[in-house]
Amino acid sequence: MKQSKSLNGNSNNSNNYNHNCNYSHSINSYAKGFKDGIPIGLGYLSVSVAFGMMAVNMGLPVWTAVLISMTNLTSAGQFAGIGLISVGASCLEMALTQLVINLRYALMSLSLSQKADQSINLLHRLLISFGITDEIFAVASGQPCEIGRRYMYGLITTPYFGWAIGTFIGAAASTILPATIRSALGIAIYGMFIAIIIPPAKQHRPVLKVLLISVAISFILRYTPLLNHLSGGFIIILCAIIASALGAKLFPLKEVE
Amino acid sequence: MTTSKILINILVMAGVTYLIRMLPMVIFRQKIENRFVQSFLFYIPYAVLGAMTFPGIFTSTSSLWSAITGTVVAVILSFREKGLLTVALAACFTVYVTEAVLRLML
Repeated sequence: MKQSKSLNGNSNNSNNYNHNCNYSHSINSYAKGFKDGIPIGLGYLSVSVAFGMMAVNMGLPVWTAVLISMTNLTSAGQFAGIGLISVGASCLEMALTQLVINLRYALMSLSLSQKADQSINLLHRLLISFGITDEIFAVASGQPCEIGRRYMYGLITTPYFGWAIGTFIGAAASTILPATIRSALGIAIYGMFIAIIIPPAKQHRPVLKVLLISVAISFILRYTPLLNHLSGGFIIILCAIIASALGAKLFPLKEVE
Repeated sequence: MTTSKILINILVMAGVTYLIRMLPMVIFRQKIENRFVQSFLFYIPYAVLGAMTFPGIFTSTSSLWSAITGTVVAVILSFREKGLLTVALAACFTVYVTEAVLRLML
């Protein structure tokens, strides 16, 4: 799930708050939401096929891969999750890794909470918040006015099922693939990570610097005697927190309102 | 790796991820104004993915050489802003071809 989109969505959202929308202009049509969600769903289909293959490749049963997709609905978090499951990480490592990787959703959730109209009461907040992803957030926050619950449910529908169905297709297909191809698929997850991080790093110098700091710390922790006894999960958390804190300190965002 | 261990892990994954999304929407009504926190959250995904990718990518296939060629192809295609799936499949294809060539040479 591309970060650049969510960032655009974030700034769009901020801009929208500068407009004075009438309450009557709240968007609350299931059909419109459904239509807006179709491109997201198609995009998810392809990524989730890779996730399903990856999961089965790492030794997970097909049905658990689908269960993960239906209960998590997140790309990087799920990929890291199956990585941790396959190396037998502890529940604490799993919880901390998910917290660090998915922390950005908290900001999106916070932002959407202010864009939600009165039709989204506590119960609907509990349900709709489950479907906040980078792309769903980007599209929702790109709407000119407040948004209603029917629009949000429509928007979440196709991406949710696209994600689950794609996972099943990938997981089922993986079991019939020859060993040489399954070996080649080992790099798929990393290829996707590179595709996510390189374009923004190319455009924004500070992102590149934070990325390099994190990678450098990762190498140091993994190959330094004693320190390399740390588990993979904790190394990722340490790298992310140190590099991001340095980035926030040295290159704070300018377009903050 | 037992099924119950997998299920407990899935429960933790899903629970933590849901709480992160749900709590701010239910509790907070004001935007975060703190510049440091906003910047920190902005950088987090890149730092996480960077640390997860390197050096892990070099041990993700059956040989270091195929991993290196796959990484180089992935970086070049990403630099040209190709899509996630294109980059991932191209890296896989490169690994497959590299390993086939290595088998022929040995």
